[in-house]
Amino acid sequence: MFLSWPFFMSKLRSDDSAAVTNRTMEIVVSATLLVIGLVVAWDSWRLGARWAEDGPESGYFPFYVGMIIAVSGGTILWQALRGMTPNGRGTFVERGQLRLVLSVLVPAIVYVIAIQAFGIYLASAVYIAGFMAWLGHYSWLKSVTLGVATSAAVFMLFEVWFQVSLFKGSLYNPLAVFGY
Amino acid sequence: MEEINALLHGFSVALTPVNLGLMFVGVTLGIIIGVLPGLGGANGIAILLPLTFTMQPTSAIIMLSCIYWGALFGGAITSVLFNIPGEPWSVATTFDGYPMAQQGRAGEALTAAFTSSFVGALVAVVMITFLAPLVAKFALKFGPPEFFSVYFLTFCSFIGMGKGQAFKTLAAMMLGFALAAVGMDTVTGQLRLNFGWHELLRGFDFLVAVIGLFGIGEILLSMEEGLSFSGNNAKINFKVVVETWRKLPRYWMTSIRSCVIGCWMGITPGGATPASFMSYGVAKRLSPQGSKFGTGQLEGVIAPETAAHAAGTSALLPMLALGIPGSPTAAVLLGGLLIWGLQPGPLLFIEKKDFVWGLIASMYLGNLAGLIIVLTCVPLFAAILRIPFSIIAPIIVVICAIGAFTVHNAMLDIWFMMMFGVMGYVFKKLDYPMAPMVLALVLGDRAEDSFRQSMLISQGSMDVFFSNGLVGTIMGLSLMLLFWPLISKLMALCGRRG
Repeated sequence: MFLSWPFFMSKLRSDDSAAVTNRTMEIVVSATLLVIGLVVAWDSWRLGARWAEDGPESGYFPFYVGMIIAVSGGTILWQALRGMTPNGRGTFVERGQLRLVLSVLVPAIVYVIAIQAFGIYLASAVYIAGFMAWLGHYSWLKSVTLGVATSAAVFMLFEVWFQVSLFKGSLYNPLAVFGY
Repeated sequence: MEEINALLHGFSVALTPVNLGLMFVGVTLGIIIGVLPGLGGANGIAILLPLTFTMQPTSAIIMLSCIYWGALFGGAITSVLFNIPGEPWSVATTFDGYPMAQQGRAGEALTAAFTSSFVGALVAVVMITFLAPLVAKFALKFGPPEFFSVYFLTFCSFIGMGKGQAFKTLAAMMLGFALAAVGMDTVTGQLRLNFGWHELLRGFDFLVAVIGLFGIGEILLSMEEGLSFSGNNAKINFKVVVETWRKLPRYWMTSIRSCVIGCWMGITPGGATPASFMSYGVAKRLSPQGSKFGTGQLEGVIAPETAAHAAGTSALLPMLALGIPGSPTAAVLLGGLLIWGLQPGPLLFIEKKDFVWGLIASMYLGNLAGLIIVLTCVPLFAAILRIPFSIIAPIIVVICAIGAFTVHNAMLDIWFMMMFGVMGYVFKKLDYPMAPMVLALVLGDRAEDSFRQSMLISQGSMDVFFSNGLVGTIMGLSLMLLFWPLISKLMALCGRRG
């Protein structure tokens, strides 16, 4: 049982060719920063970034913040385009690594969608059980037991002892039958 | 003498059965958090913060700060036994700690790590005891320009002392400021940067950012490594402890040096991670055994651990005395103060004596409790790491999601957490520093307020920031730090020519 996980990892990791280089990623991130900076500055300008009778307007401070983001992002972008990034040819992420990262990220995003629809408790139980069974190759019995047990423990801790209400789902609340 | 009396009073506050119990709970939770990948001091405390809303502030901060001490201790366990730093500040501990464990000296390495952690923290707490009240008294005279200058110094020192590219530090920090500006403007009540999206009225909470950046981001990073744990066994018995303790005084010079580096880096917001690296580097250069570093030298464990704990602890000094946190974890604790209805800053020392001194006293006790727990229970904590990642990972994601939701009871925050998680992963890999971003997100509103108040006082003239000796000095120092990357380049250029 414990052996299956490292075996799975080694199988997934085997592809070590670069999926993305550092330089490409650097360009994408700095260009995004440049755009964000300009948007922040533009919206602040719209709101009023000047000096009014009664002092600085609401956009005064964020306007300069936006401009500095844009300038820093632009500089990093320029450096990356000129090939001045340290270790720019280096690998940002290998294909095998990317697959591993996505194997965690994609289920996590699906999990958040499930929370949105059915609330934290049901989504968490299914997520933990699914993750263990699918990625960890545990038996369904073990996976479901642990998933349900975790959700139940969270339920006791929050709803019963600390009386903090957690999200119950916007589509369907499976706990409605119990009065929660 | 005044401080000693206050401290004794603090001990009487901290030494109730409930608080002592919370201390042990906190330290134990902290060590578990420190051992687990994806959970660390900052986001661990952020997740547990909502559970303390109904507690007494003093008890709550004692528990949360003890989680922090525990996390600092816990990082060392994984570094030494598994060569996996549980926390960023314990990376330098792996250099000599892991080779020692491979040579069968794990017990010795762990004892040295824990003991030097304790020494570092103790020195920092003593410093806090005597220095924090002075700083707070001094800061009572501060007006908005002075406060802005201190904020400015905080942010400039990130740029001046940061290791990576200065523009990346600047961009990350300003992104934090921009995120802080989203929502209602506290001065005019206007809505900023929400682009007509009403749910953004609340803005971005830094607790959600911390949970995403450090929690989800860290999980993605650990996943990439493939995490195949091949750990060494830890056996710490009384004999090993005593033998190691007998060796430690030999390295008193390294200890003192590391304490100084740690305290300095903690107060100026360098943080525990650079402090540990710097201390390791200095020890390597100055030690007679320097060339053997990396092969399992006791000194190579002492130096980073002492500095990391000294820095982690002294980061609480500016938070308590000025209301300006020196690290992301201190920022989360500061967020706690605000939620419990306490205004951090110099007035705290006058208005909430019980709270402040109870906390300081609990730092002494908490670290002692931590030392005892780690020395006795190492095998237990090491066993946690043997739980397969395919069980740990989804549980940590679930804990993070719950933590993000409980901050404001908002589903949208869970989405933001995922967004920050991906951002944390990418930023970490491209060397965009996250600490300045988190601090800017926390301090953004207050830095802006003090800036705007100063501008109102001066009718919009920047001269106000140089209007007296104090504020002028701090501003001058900040500007020097801000342009330090440029200055040092120029100096190197001149040196080459001359």
